[in-house]
Amino acid sequence: MTAWFQSTWMGYGFGWFVATLILILMIALPLMLAVAMIIYADRKIWAAMALRRGPNVVGPLGLLQSFADGLKVFLKETIIPSGANRGLFIIAPILTFTVALVGWAVVPFGPGMVLADINVGLLYLLAVSSLGVYGVIIAGWASNSKYPFYSALRAAAQMVSYEVSVGFVLVPVVMWANTFNLSGIIEAQRHHVWIINGFGFNPLFLPLAVIFLISAMAETARAPFDLTEAESELVAGYQTEYSSMSFALFWLGEYGNVLLMCGMSAVLFWGGWLPPIDWAPLYYVPGIIWFFAKIFLFFFIFSWVKATVPRFRYDQLMRLGWKIFLPISLLWVFLISGYLEIFRYGALK
Amino acid sequence: MIAAFAFYLFAIIVVLSGAMTIAARNPVHSVLWLILAFFNAAGLFLTLGAEFIAMLLVIVYVGAVAVLFLFVVMMLDVDFAELRAGVAKYWPFATVLAIVLLAEIGGAILAWTNGGLVPVRAAPVAKAVPNIEALGAVLYTRYLYIFEGAGLVLLVAMVGAIVLTHRRRGDVKPQNISAQVRRRPEDAVVNMDPGVGQGVSL
Repeated sequence: MTAWFQSTWMGYGFGWFVATLILILMIALPLMLAVAMIIYADRKIWAAMALRRGPNVVGPLGLLQSFADGLKVFLKETIIPSGANRGLFIIAPILTFTVALVGWAVVPFGPGMVLADINVGLLYLLAVSSLGVYGVIIAGWASNSKYPFYSALRAAAQMVSYEVSVGFVLVPVVMWANTFNLSGIIEAQRHHVWIINGFGFNPLFLPLAVIFLISAMAETARAPFDLTEAESELVAGYQTEYSSMSFALFWLGEYGNVLLMCGMSAVLFWGGWLPPIDWAPLYYVPGIIWFFAKIFLFFFIFSWVKATVPRFRYDQLMRLGWKIFLPISLLWVFLISGYLEIFRYGALK
Repeated sequence: MIAAFAFYLFAIIVVLSGAMTIAARNPVHSVLWLILAFFNAAGLFLTLGAEFIAMLLVIVYVGAVAVLFLFVVMMLDVDFAELRAGVAKYWPFATVLAIVLLAEIGGAILAWTNGGLVPVRAAPVAKAVPNIEALGAVLYTRYLYIFEGAGLVLLVAMVGAIVLTHRRRGDVKPQNISAQVRRRPEDAVVNMDPGVGQGVSL
């Protein structure tokens, strides 16, 4: 598509610019729609587990509920507290929302369907997810209020802690796939276990996939790790002083991040756009459908956990991250590098 | 054209945010400007084709070091007036430092423009080899001992930091999760049958 635009009157540079802009919109706009629908799905799943009906008034089956909510927050007044640090108070939600969108640039939706096919794709995702904490910290500090500040401190510690174990979980994946490129990692999972596609189906990788999923929950501050907005202790955490669209941007950014983490889980361990079984008829289903199905499956797990598991205590959260996940993921780095040395590179021969 | 535009964009933002780091009145603003400078420096590395270092800069400095830095600065109660008063005292020393640095940069530029510094490469780097592979091939062969030595230094620093800050407090009851899980009803529940008016002693 970029080549086509460059071949028209626009020329090389401007054609590239227009094509990239269109591609960005082709990801960002459907993503916003997906976030709206996934919030609806989250509420429906949560309601079903609590034997309630969930949103069912606006539109057929309540499908338009998220849009009604969006309209509502859009029409409300944006309140900036008089004691707040004005500039940073406004920047914080924008930052959270932007960072949640930026990560999608390297996610491959199908064979060749990727905006930026860079060879440090995985590191880029790590970098972007480590930026996510700034929106929360800045919001908590700029609000100039006690509860948001506590929430900001918790967020900083929590996200940095889980970043470490996520980093070590990714090392074995990279070692096996021999590349940091996300498309390359997906290709490396083709018939990984006999005819099954996906690292996660290998018993050697399964614990890592589980650790990654739990760490992803902690990093996106989803229940049961939602200590940053624990309503019983901190009102609404860093969002307490926010209203209207600035509040909605946090909300959208949070769900955008959750979807990104579900997508990362699918790409890194469950074969991304590859069908689960390497069997020709399954390839008639487009790769993007498989990818979305996997994202939704992981989102269902996220909702399921949110509906059933009580919130962690803060010290338990830190213990899980530093004393359990970190040693296990370190051990697995040794295990898998040893396995590769012996069976792929023949260290014993 | 695009490369030049990107370079000037990143470079201008780096310089400006560097200046704002010093000029900002609020220390938290200073740290945030510093983070912006890190981020755009990563952009400069990208324009050089050093994508691995760029990503590491963002992950390590922006994602971890600066978060902890911000964490500390946010919790400090800094008196701005007192900080401003200190500026006058250090002014002469800072000027000397600035002049020395400026002279060094000028000397470097002069030497470079006169062709005095020719970068010597051990081997030509092929365009097709990704950064990470090229770096790994050098770090784990030629500079293995230095690399492992650096790792060892970091390990010692880490152990030192833990030893210095760790203290065992006797006045708190920590939670021992494995002991809690191991606990059985037989350990905790006693079935007693006291006579009337006798009560139980625990």
